[in-house]
Amino acid sequence: MPELHLPPTLPSLYTDLPRRLDVDAATVDEAIDQLEERWPGLRDRLCEPGPALRRHINVYVDRERAGLDTALQPGSRVDVIAAISGG
Amino acid sequence: MAKRILLTVGTRKGCFLLESDEGRRDWEVRGPFCDGWPIYHALLDPVSARIYASAASEWHGAGVWRSADLGETWDLSSEGIAYPEGELKLSKITGLSAAHGRVRVGAEAAGVFESTDGGATWSLVSTLDGQPGRGSWNDPSKQPPGHLGMAAIMPHPDEPDRYWVIVQGYGIFETSDNGGSWEPRNTGLRAEWPLEDERVGYCVHKLVMSPVDQSRLYQQNHCGMHRSDDAGHTWTEVTNGLPTDFGFVAAAHPHDRDSFYVIPLDPGHNRCVPDGAVAVWRTSDAGSTWRRLDRGLPQRDAHVGVLREGLAIDSLDQPGLYFGTSTGQVFASADEGESWGEIASYLPAISSVEVALVDA
Repeated sequence: MPELHLPPTLPSLYTDLPRRLDVDAATVDEAIDQLEERWPGLRDRLCEPGPALRRHINVYVDRERAGLDTALQPGSRVDVIAAISGG
Repeated sequence: MAKRILLTVGTRKGCFLLESDEGRRDWEVRGPFCDGWPIYHALLDPVSARIYASAASEWHGAGVWRSADLGETWDLSSEGIAYPEGELKLSKITGLSAAHGRVRVGAEAAGVFESTDGGATWSLVSTLDGQPGRGSWNDPSKQPPGHLGMAAIMPHPDEPDRYWVIVQGYGIFETSDNGGSWEPRNTGLRAEWPLEDERVGYCVHKLVMSPVDQSRLYQQNHCGMHRSDDAGHTWTEVTNGLPTDFGFVAAAHPHDRDSFYVIPLDPGHNRCVPDGAVAVWRTSDAGSTWRRLDRGLPQRDAHVGVLREGLAIDSLDQPGLYFGTSTGQVFASADEGESWGEIASYLPAISSVEVALVDA
């Protein structure tokens, strides 16, 4: 199953949400749907209405910049990155 | 029963709680809460005893943090805080109000969201469609630096469906049917720029109501201090006697309809207290005369600002005042502003200070 890595700003918002987990999903959007099912509200932390990824949230699939419709392979690694900014 | 004084302080790096007994001399600081999210406004709903804090993260969007145990535990709620797809874009939420079992929050772009289940879920009440100026305030080509939003919501103390909102750069609007219809309430205000429509285009920073007279409102405007004796239908400027006509905050005395407080600021780029000397100004005659209150406040090299929700007043017999600066200091007075002390020195930049009395 694809392996999903989340930014450190998310686990503290939801009970038992790990930084790394496996998802049974064919696209990035489906992976986020699975997160939403287990941790209601999590989609809103990553996506705007549309849906579209939030402006400062970037997703990489196997080190390539990805969007919500990007396909996942069984061995894919999905990195969700909060943009490096702020002070 | 003895009371404790609870300050809810919203900062750029989370919410803080400051607590004291009724003497208001010794303060305990707790926090940061809310995972360090930028907090625009935090308050305690005295009915439910819940703390609410409006927040917007650059990464994870807007939401309201809640605590039902005075800060011991918190959760974040944003279900329903969104505009329909393809319409307005919601960039942040700011001004909160909690009254009559309803929590409301203003959004940018301008709109009101409401929760009737203690902040668990939210629904869009109104985006003031059809009001004068509505077509312009969401037009990106007509926006000043930053964006325009609904900066504040002031509830009516007795009528749940009646409240006033501030749309930044456009003015005050009142509803008596929970957003079903609105009336601009800006008659008599002053603007230092051309107006396309005399009913709107005023830059209202803060609106307060006297707790002892519901017809008596005060506002700090970009252009002057103003008083209303008819619940906002008409306004009279009362700036004369103050060092500047600009500032963000205002607080109404809990027991005296003719007393209120402001903190005038330099109106230019600086937007700090004039001459590096911190002072709160009080009128006791509805704005006819003003008195400078600065005992215990820094009087040199103190270049601090105080933002819209940064001043609060409690309801004790001898009211206490509290304000937080954009450089992280909190100052408090236990004697109606006559003398002051610094009760927190190194918080993050402060966006709001509210005060509540809780059972000791």
